[in-house]
Amino acid sequence: MGLEFNDSAKKELERIKARYPERQAALLPALYLAQREFGYVSDEAIKYLAQVLELPKSRIYGVASFYTMFNKKPVGKYFIQVCANISCAMMGADGLFDYLSSKLGIKEGETTKDGKYTLCKVECLGACGEAPMMQVNEKYYGPLTREKVDKILSELK
Amino acid sequence: MSELPKILSANWGKPNSTKLETYLAAGGYKAAEKALGMEPGKVAQEVLDAGLRGRGGAGFPAGRKWTFMPKDSRPRYLCVNADEGEPGTFKDRDIMRFDPHMLIEGIIIACWAMQANNSYIYIRGEFAEPADILEKALDEAYAKGYLGDKIFGKDFSLKVWVHRGAGAYECGEETALIESLEGKRGQPRIRPPFPPQRGVFNMPTTVNNVETIASVPFILKEGVAAYRKYGTEKSPGTKLFCISGHVNKPGVYELPLGFPLMKLIAEVAGGMKDGMKLKAVIPGGSSTPVLRAEECQNVNLDYESLAAAGSMLGSGAVIVIGEGTCMVKLLEILARFYAHESCGQCTPCREGCGWAAQIAKRIHEGDAEIKDIDVLYSVGEQMLGRTICPLADAAACPIMTFTSKFRAEFEAHIKNRGCPQAKAYPVEFK
Ligand SMILES: Cc1cc2nc3c(=O)[nH]c(=O)nc-3n(C[C@H](O)[C@H](O)[C@H](O)COP(=O)(O)O)c2cc1C
Ligand code: SF4
Ligand code: FES
Repeated sequence: MGLEFNDSAKKELERIKARYPERQAALLPALYLAQREFGYVSDEAIKYLAQVLELPKSRIYGVASFYTMFNKKPVGKYFIQVCANISCAMMGADGLFDYLSSKLGIKEGETTKDGKYTLCKVECLGACGEAPMMQVNEKYYGPLTREKVDKILSELK
Repeated sequence: MSELPKILSANWGKPNSTKLETYLAAGGYKAAEKALGMEPGKVAQEVLDAGLRGRGGAGFPAGRKWTFMPKDSRPRYLCVNADEGEPGTFKDRDIMRFDPHMLIEGIIIACWAMQANNSYIYIRGEFAEPADILEKALDEAYAKGYLGDKIFGKDFSLKVWVHRGAGAYECGEETALIESLEGKRGQPRIRPPFPPQRGVFNMPTTVNNVETIASVPFILKEGVAAYRKYGTEKSPGTKLFCISGHVNKPGVYELPLGFPLMKLIAEVAGGMKDGMKLKAVIPGGSSTPVLRAEECQNVNLDYESLAAAGSMLGSGAVIVIGEGTCMVKLLEILARFYAHESCGQCTPCREGCGWAAQIAKRIHEGDAEIKDIDVLYSVGEQMLGRTICPLADAAACPIMTFTSKFRAEFEAHIKNRGCPQAKAYPVEFK
């Protein structure tokens, strides 16, 4: 048995498809849906989407791999992305990253053993006025200090 | 600074500023109602007469762009560019999260002017919060009959959807955006045909920036003269400036075009951080030419003044760089960014961005020779004007201007066999 959406995700997919005159246009939202439902965009998930969207698997794979926000492997419960671009860098992004890295005991791209945190560097997140900043799952945090980072981490259960 | 005009940011900071009732209480949707009582061509003409120029970077007159849409029987589309990926830029996010209805009203007016019945707001994937706020605002607008069938009692239907990107700067380029919206890899198309001839789903399409569209309701409601009261003759109106880097109060500020750059830094943004000395400014986002402090003194923030200073207004992203910042390190960051974001279709861009990133890194580490500075410059030069989309030119710009304007710093890295400074930046994480 391969992966399959539950009934509510299936309904959501139908609503998504209705927004576009062409089938393939539903692909990005469908990939988001798959990522939310299955945790990440696995080969199995791609196989399933190919079936329900009636698109070749290779095409879905090509699209999924172009975009950085589709995780091709599992990430921790809290996915921490630290902006490393110009405005954040000038305001201490390297120090922020190193602080998180030593606090969590993981390096760039790694996940803690308990599966709780994944840490990454990313390009400008469009919130440069709050530098240095980071994104945890879908939420933005900034401007950050050690104290604020400690507080944020302590609130992530 | 109480005399600063507020058009785009008029409702920011009000309680429940994202709610329809707040927007209505401020006279919202009156402009849409008025526009829908006018000839569509007349609406475009108003926007043209107001002199509104595209806020996505290129500054093309919005009213003129709308007239490029063919008047055949095919369905027409408006794509609102909310990809906001240019490093230093963070203004469209504030429009969407503080006053989504201003954008929606602008979409209604623009779609009427172009007789487009469909619009997608293409928002960068990371903007989950603004996307949620927009979705809720759209629901309110549908419920009120401002969107959907027969809006404002007219025989005109309009559907608007939010479409999330997924982490690719390149998708801010208009034809890459269209490809991405179609569910493909975000790789730009060869032009012609241009989007008005063949855009999304092969239909006539106009792509406009969020801020451009959000500027439209004021123009329709208050009139051309009221809009032209602000700004300069050739750059009328107000613009959102995103100021970041070494200032005391970074953030988004609405200013009339033509506002002095130094006054923005010294007064609006609270002055240089911790009394630091100004070293340089990137005035319009990462792909606009950097200005040395002495080049900034008499610059005004409008399209013409910045062009005269050898730079560009771009997206209005003013990146302020304080003394003590390593310019080689900053170029290394920008070059790495463009190398990461190149979609890879054109050889000069794919190879050039990659080389530039490597050379800049080697120079910063001191693992280079003096002639590598010239090589770096010429890599930039050879990327100019030879590619499908302007990303290569955008990448070339910092490469060429950093190496030429701060050459001594590049040389010092090589002579010193590494960064001569103990730290690349004067600000530390605390
Ligand atoms: C690499 C690249 C990235 C771009 N990113 C954006 C963006 O994030 N937002 C935007 O509005 N325009 C962006 N643009 C400009 C768009 O291609 C287009 O010109 C703009 O959306 C037109 O809107 P306007 O006329 O209202 O300014 C980008 C262009 C390039 C070449
Ligand atoms: S210039 Fe670069 S980003 Fe633009 S189409 Fe060519 S390879 Fe892609
Ligand atoms: S540089 Fe960090 S959010 Fe833009």
